[in-house]
Amino acid sequence: MLNPSAKLDSEFEKEFASKKSSDLLATHGQTFSSQTPSLAATRDGFGKGLLELGEKDPRVLALCADLAESTRMLAFKEKYPERYIELGVAEQNLASVASGLANYGKIPFIASYAAFSPGRNNEQIRTTISLNNVPVKIVGSHAGLSVGPDGATHQALEDIALMRVQPNMCVLSPCDAEEARKATRAAATHNGPVYIRLAREKTPVMTTLASPFEIGRANLLWLGENPQVTIFATGPLTYQALMAAQELESEISVSVINVHTIKPLDTAAVVAAAKNTGAVVTVEEHQIAGGLGSAIAEALAQEYPVPMEFVGVRDQFGQSGNPAELLAHYKLDTPAIKEAVKTVFARKLQ
Amino acid sequence: MLTEQKIKELELQAESLRETIVEMLTAAGSGHTAGPLGMADIFAAFYFYILKHDPHNPGWEERDRLILSNGHIVPVRYAAMAHAGYFPVAECLTLRKFGSRLQGHPERLRLPGLETTSGPLGSGLSQAAGYAYGARMDDKKFRVYCAMSDGEQDAGNVWEAAMFAGNNKLSNLTAIVDRNNIQINGMTEHVMPLEHLRAKYEAFNWHVIEVDGHNIREFVDATEQAKAIYERPTVIIAHTIPGKGIKEIEFDYRWHGKPPSKEEAQKFLAELRTLKGKIASEHQ
Repeated sequence: MLNPSAKLDSEFEKEFASKKSSDLLATHGQTFSSQTPSLAATRDGFGKGLLELGEKDPRVLALCADLAESTRMLAFKEKYPERYIELGVAEQNLASVASGLANYGKIPFIASYAAFSPGRNNEQIRTTISLNNVPVKIVGSHAGLSVGPDGATHQALEDIALMRVQPNMCVLSPCDAEEARKATRAAATHNGPVYIRLAREKTPVMTTLASPFEIGRANLLWLGENPQVTIFATGPLTYQALMAAQELESEISVSVINVHTIKPLDTAAVVAAAKNTGAVVTVEEHQIAGGLGSAIAEALAQEYPVPMEFVGVRDQFGQSGNPAELLAHYKLDTPAIKEAVKTVFARKLQ
Repeated sequence: MLTEQKIKELELQAESLRETIVEMLTAAGSGHTAGPLGMADIFAAFYFYILKHDPHNPGWEERDRLILSNGHIVPVRYAAMAHAGYFPVAECLTLRKFGSRLQGHPERLRLPGLETTSGPLGSGLSQAAGYAYGARMDDKKFRVYCAMSDGEQDAGNVWEAAMFAGNNKLSNLTAIVDRNNIQINGMTEHVMPLEHLRAKYEAFNWHVIEVDGHNIREFVDATEQAKAIYERPTVIIAHTIPGKGIKEIEFDYRWHGKPPSKEEAQKFLAELRTLKGKIASEHQ
């Protein structure tokens, strides 16, 4: 299995240094193709994973706040109606009923839009789930700007920050539908509270059944020859990060690491990559404050400070629009990532 | 069988809890006085008669669950647990102190037997409903109790939980509202009127019983009656006197959130140790 924390090992160098990025992806079962990616939403992967869990573990329950179809809990509800619990539009109750169920011995998944859960019910999550340290799995769907036309009220851009600051909480942000499926299954066996961030839009599927997924272990997806900049990406924007790496190939060699677990952060991999390239860009569909970029900056500031650029939302709310327009407007798209890579590379040379 | 003799024992036990409450709050130098004193009779009834529990095996699977939603009255629970044998009564004097298992608001992971962590008001009933729902899925026979305050009824989360429990006919759940009519800013009906509280719960498909919260037989009977209601959860609105047992502070909302001073404590303990005026206090 690919172990990014061993990236600087001679063994690692031996195995990968001579290979092209496309080979690397192929080696690990990924089928990244910028031309014709297959599309699926991370919420679909969650729905699939939950259904698999229903079969596997009778303790798994699905709790929903009147959004079964759009959070993709519907299939579970239809197959296991006795293990589906409807809460209505009541996110505070959603979190605290789940706390009671988990305290009793169940493994409840609670789903709503991230703007409402963990947006509205933050205190209930803090007190009754995190401080209580009970295994509730919080699924925040429709996160990020790419919800699109619904506008700012429904575009959660602070959910990672809200969840990351709570002790005991594990924070997962899968890059595609397949990884979301794996993250869902991994969350169920993780002994404690977990937040899973999902998106509404169909986005490219970069990973396959065989791709590794382990909570707390970042995945190297792209390794340019003698890379000069590391991009740490999370969520579906990982695809844009890969596109940027590919488009920059002849100009600046880049490595791309998919940070699907924001907490606990794979600090070893982050530091190893920073040491390797000496310059870092973070990419996320979230406020820069408190998100992936902050988490990585916190780690590197202590362990190995290097020039760093952030691709993320800069203390603004979103607005209505289609996802592509919004990603371009808020500078989260491939050109923006390329720009950040160039900037940080220039800073590194200064 | 709740004999007259047993009721007398429980009343005496409640007086012991009140003494411990005054002692622990005085030692702590902060905390809430009125609520714990007002709920002493009910907690004595719970820990020494109603609950199926084992102080030496707090994690016993078949135990009844008592969720304390208004975590700030936890001194009454600590006192009851200590007197029931969960831990030494002397440990009560560590309340709110650094390193103590007896946190200012209850933390499940620090002290076995607390069932949950609470303090921020309004979410205990939801947790109890979750517990009751899960237990019913597995055909468990234990009962789930949830103690709430009346000021807490201001919180929307309470009514989300009430709607959920009513809709799901969680008849294994019994809630208790400590109707002492005070909250921090004053009388409940001035701060945010709750009446008609009975009608509100009835409208949410709950069975409602109102009792004198200082009449142990009435309270125990109400919990028994709740067991016979199969189609809905029960809420017992327990009318209590805040600061009960110490004439000087009874009904006074200003005692919601402060502890007695050492001098006051001496006076209060003297009053509590007269067996309701039947004997002279050792302090007099």
